[in-house]
Amino acid sequence: VSSGTVAPGSVVARPPRRRLPPLRGFSQALPFLAPALILVGAFLIVPVVWTVLLSINRTRGLNFGEEWIWFDNYERLLTRDSRFLDTDEFPWAGAVINNLRWVIFYTGLCLLLGLVTAVLATRVNYERAFKAIIFVPMAISATAVAIIWLLVYSPDQQIGVLNALIGALGGNPVSWTGRRDTVNYAIIVAYVWASTGFVMVVLSAALKGISQEVIEAARTDGATEWDIFRRIQLPLLSLPISVVAVWLIINVIKIFDIVYIMTKGGPGGASRVIGYSYYVETFENGKGGYGAAVAVIMLLLIIPIMAFNIRRFRSEAIQG
Amino acid sequence: MTTAAETIAVGRPRTTSERIVAFISRTPVHIALIALAVIWLVPTVGLAVTSFRPRPDIASSGWWTSFADFDYTLKNYDLVLNANKMAPSFLNSALIAIPSTLLPLFIGALAAYAFSWIKFPFRDTIFLLLVALMVVPIQAALVPVLILLQDLGEVLTGQQDLITGWYWGIWLSHTVFALPFCIFLLRNFFIALPRDLIEAARVDGATNFGIFFKVVLPLSVPALASFAIFQFLWVWNDLLMALVFIQESDLWPMTIRISQLLSTYGTEYHLLSAGAFLLMTVPLIVFFALQRYFVQGLLAGSVK
Repeated sequence: VSSGTVAPGSVVARPPRRRLPPLRGFSQALPFLAPALILVGAFLIVPVVWTVLLSINRTRGLNFGEEWIWFDNYERLLTRDSRFLDTDEFPWAGAVINNLRWVIFYTGLCLLLGLVTAVLATRVNYERAFKAIIFVPMAISATAVAIIWLLVYSPDQQIGVLNALIGALGGNPVSWTGRRDTVNYAIIVAYVWASTGFVMVVLSAALKGISQEVIEAARTDGATEWDIFRRIQLPLLSLPISVVAVWLIINVIKIFDIVYIMTKGGPGGASRVIGYSYYVETFENGKGGYGAAVAVIMLLLIIPIMAFNIRRFRSEAIQG
Repeated sequence: MTTAAETIAVGRPRTTSERIVAFISRTPVHIALIALAVIWLVPTVGLAVTSFRPRPDIASSGWWTSFADFDYTLKNYDLVLNANKMAPSFLNSALIAIPSTLLPLFIGALAAYAFSWIKFPFRDTIFLLLVALMVVPIQAALVPVLILLQDLGEVLTGQQDLITGWYWGIWLSHTVFALPFCIFLLRNFFIALPRDLIEAARVDGATNFGIFFKVVLPLSVPALASFAIFQFLWVWNDLLMALVFIQESDLWPMTIRISQLLSTYGTEYHLLSAGAFLLMTVPLIVFFALQRYFVQGLLAGSVK
């Protein structure tokens, strides 16, 4: 694999300096920079500020109204909107809690399965074929993943392979996506299926970077396969694992497509996530300001996670 | 013999009998891997098989029983492509995805060149600010972008939906949201190009545009391809942006069309499976044809 991948530490790497008077530098750079800067300024920076302002305004539809309501939307979202966050009784519920479920189970399962597949695949000679099978779902649209798994989960034992299997073992069919207590896990499993390949490829690339001689030497010294994994491979994988974990968590905060197709947040709002709340409040209920508050909460959740990742990159780069 | 050769000989059996012993000793690993591979394949195979089965069969027997009677048909595809308009949607998906890939690629490459090979004040600060925008979830900008585009359409043409009623809106928004990542990826590649080559071109009197087109771009094909594939699949697979920016049903890409099939007809698996399989074809072809760039693009995209 050639050098197309990004070296994590290189964000701040400086090219050799070439002395040019500042203004000449600007005028030379301008034709190259102007299209990107104009587009990003007008259609990304301005809109983010606009969204923050919308979230503190009593909006009319998607447009600004005359009254500033400051944090009312946030207060309502976090204390009085049971579909967003319901802390009245235990167990807590709502979109935020569902997202937390996603963070724990989706991230955990993806990392576990990605690690297991990456480590095991290096020990067999059909590694490439195996990895391709696990990785392919990564290319598939969340929309198609949703249809694939609706078919797997179908409560009809003549259609859904999972319930057919349960039936063959003597059990009763379960409406996986129709029950409040199973729906979130059903969607999470479908998305784990789609994302594990990514984790596997990243961790596998990191494993390949571990010197084979070290491993063989450990083997001759009588180390078991478990020792090799636990004492050599796992410690060296900790950085890529944390990077992937951050990627998965950010993905979870933005999750929308698969929930929208599989359940439309149902049954009865039981599988709503933050990204789904944003879409419903903004585009189906036409509450621009309320939806904007949800979007700002998403942004606020992502920033510290991303900052953690960048700090981690830096400290690792310094330690070498 | 060297010790290195000996240690390798310990780990990698050379004779046939040693190979067989090694193979058997790894039986649990093989069982685990094959089980995982089967679990991973079954859902996709189920969808593919279902899409070729006649509608009454789908409702009356599981797809896993269909290998016995071998009764397959293309009728579902005929229905979904023509009666349910998946054929024009296929074209729409391509018409949305191709410009939404080429525009950020070109605009991003231009900017990345300035950030790597032209010296100007506050260069690294501006670059870092741009890269920081990768954290912005598209939800935090969707509504203002939509309103800006509608206003822009009105100013330019007097019609509110000219921009959002055609592909302009989605092209532009995909371009904008891709730019920070694109510039980050390409700048890190451009800056690693040999300095001597670029200096030599400068000495020969090449302008920045000359260096960009004749030296930097041709040397950067792997990075350009990685971004292009990543972005193309991102757009092809996108649902949210299309829902917001494509309001005209004649312009719907396949993702929206499938979502509409589901909400209109419910779980009619003969239509859904054929539609979903059609949606998957292009990513699968891209994956198998360009696996190397694809994996590279995804690895690079892990920072997005």
